[in-house]
Amino acid sequence: MSPKATLDIPAETAAIPEGENIKIEVRDLNLFYSEKQALHDVNMDVPEKKVTAFIGPSGCGKSTLLRCFNRMNDLVDGVRMEGSICLSGQDIFAPAVDVAELRRQVGMVFQKPNPFPKSIYENVAYGLRLQGLNKRHILDERVEWALKSAAIWDEVKDRLDDNAMGLSGGQQQRLVIARAIAIKPEVLLLDEPASALDPISTLKIEELIYELKSDYTILIVTHNMQQAARVSDYTAFMYMGDLVEFGSTDRLFTNPKEKQTEDYITGRYG
Amino acid sequence: MDHSHISEQFNTDLDTVKTQVLAMGGLVETQLRDACEVLAHGKDSLAESVLETEILVNKMEIEIDELCTQVIARRQPTASDLRLVTGTIKTITDLERIGDESEKIARLGMENIRLEHPANRYPEVRHLGNQVRVMLHDALDAYARMDADAAFKVLQEDAQVDEEYEAILRQLITLMMEDPRAIRRALNTMWAVRAMERIGDHAKNICEYIIYYVKGKDVRHSSLEQTQDALE
Repeated sequence: MSPKATLDIPAETAAIPEGENIKIEVRDLNLFYSEKQALHDVNMDVPEKKVTAFIGPSGCGKSTLLRCFNRMNDLVDGVRMEGSICLSGQDIFAPAVDVAELRRQVGMVFQKPNPFPKSIYENVAYGLRLQGLNKRHILDERVEWALKSAAIWDEVKDRLDDNAMGLSGGQQQRLVIARAIAIKPEVLLLDEPASALDPISTLKIEELIYELKSDYTILIVTHNMQQAARVSDYTAFMYMGDLVEFGSTDRLFTNPKEKQTEDYITGRYG
Repeated sequence: MDHSHISEQFNTDLDTVKTQVLAMGGLVETQLRDACEVLAHGKDSLAESVLETEILVNKMEIEIDELCTQVIARRQPTASDLRLVTGTIKTITDLERIGDESEKIARLGMENIRLEHPANRYPEVRHLGNQVRVMLHDALDAYARMDADAAFKVLQEDAQVDEEYEAILRQLITLMMEDPRAIRRALNTMWAVRAMERIGDHAKNICEYIIYYVKGKDVRHSSLEQTQDALE
């Protein structure tokens, strides 16, 4: 498909520079929670190995959209979807799709760090064991790699057998990210990954996101607009279930095309 | 841009910045007017006031710079707010330079008053002085209303100022060739009209920042045609 960003919003509003590879294509996506429509005709192309941020007021649909990418909404009663989402050209809603395999390809990290009540080592090794990897030296190698990639190795390397629940909030969140990347996903979904963390831990997570984008396509939902401006290459502004504007972060934060975007990011009355 | 921020304090901060810029602009306008009077009409009594105002203008530049820095630090402005703050930081630099050029005009005017021959006051200089005063006034007016069309009109005026400047230079060169006694005075006048031409350029810069604020398009180093396209 063409690398144009969206189908239903003006090209200038949605422009993605040519030359970006597209990882995820969203077409005519509508989502209903029973009778209530939460997403309206969303069309967008998410560039590969870039950070795409979703911003917008509470209830605008940004987390709902994020959860579509690994079919987390399947777990919610009464959800109905129309349209399509293609990951690397494959429709993720196709009947033949193995959802567990999809979720291996598309990892997710939530607002509140959710380590398992196990050792630091076992937290990271958990997904690998599920994949059938049991050889100790392979596990050791992959756990170390994941913890290093998540910039937490130096802090935990001497206490890998300690319970993960004893780590600080920021460390737990980086551990969860290590757990997510241990199974080498292609896409990482981050739902408010730093909103429960102190400023220093937040900066570490942001630095980590910057490091990780060379290997992963990252989608981040955040209420913190400065965070979106700092970490993302592209930003999507959503409002009441509509994708209002999508474009390069540099442009969107200095010269948004849509008045709704301008009002939201400058903190004006809508 | 046409309605308020949820934070009243943010509105107040930005209003204060704009008001201060206009107050600084008012001082610079007075400075330029007085400097032109010194040069073109030999009113040496006004030179002192030009120099005194320069001190105030410099002080205001620092104060507004500080205000803008505080807005950036406290509010992390984005979009049009960010363009207003960055545009304002540049605007006050240009205003301060206009103040410097006005001071230069006043000093050169004073030197000419001390020179006895010839006593010609060069009416063309008055005309050029008026032209750049109008440009500065219109630029400040466009800033007050954040009017991109008005700013574009000022950009158009700059070509006339450049033409007038070239014409005066030719006249002064002719004068120096015809009457060597006039060389010193003509050279002073040449520096003064050069300062006026620069003031026109600074007014033009301010208008380019206004267009950037209103339209989000950077029209520096663009032709008038390109700028017009950007406004449409």
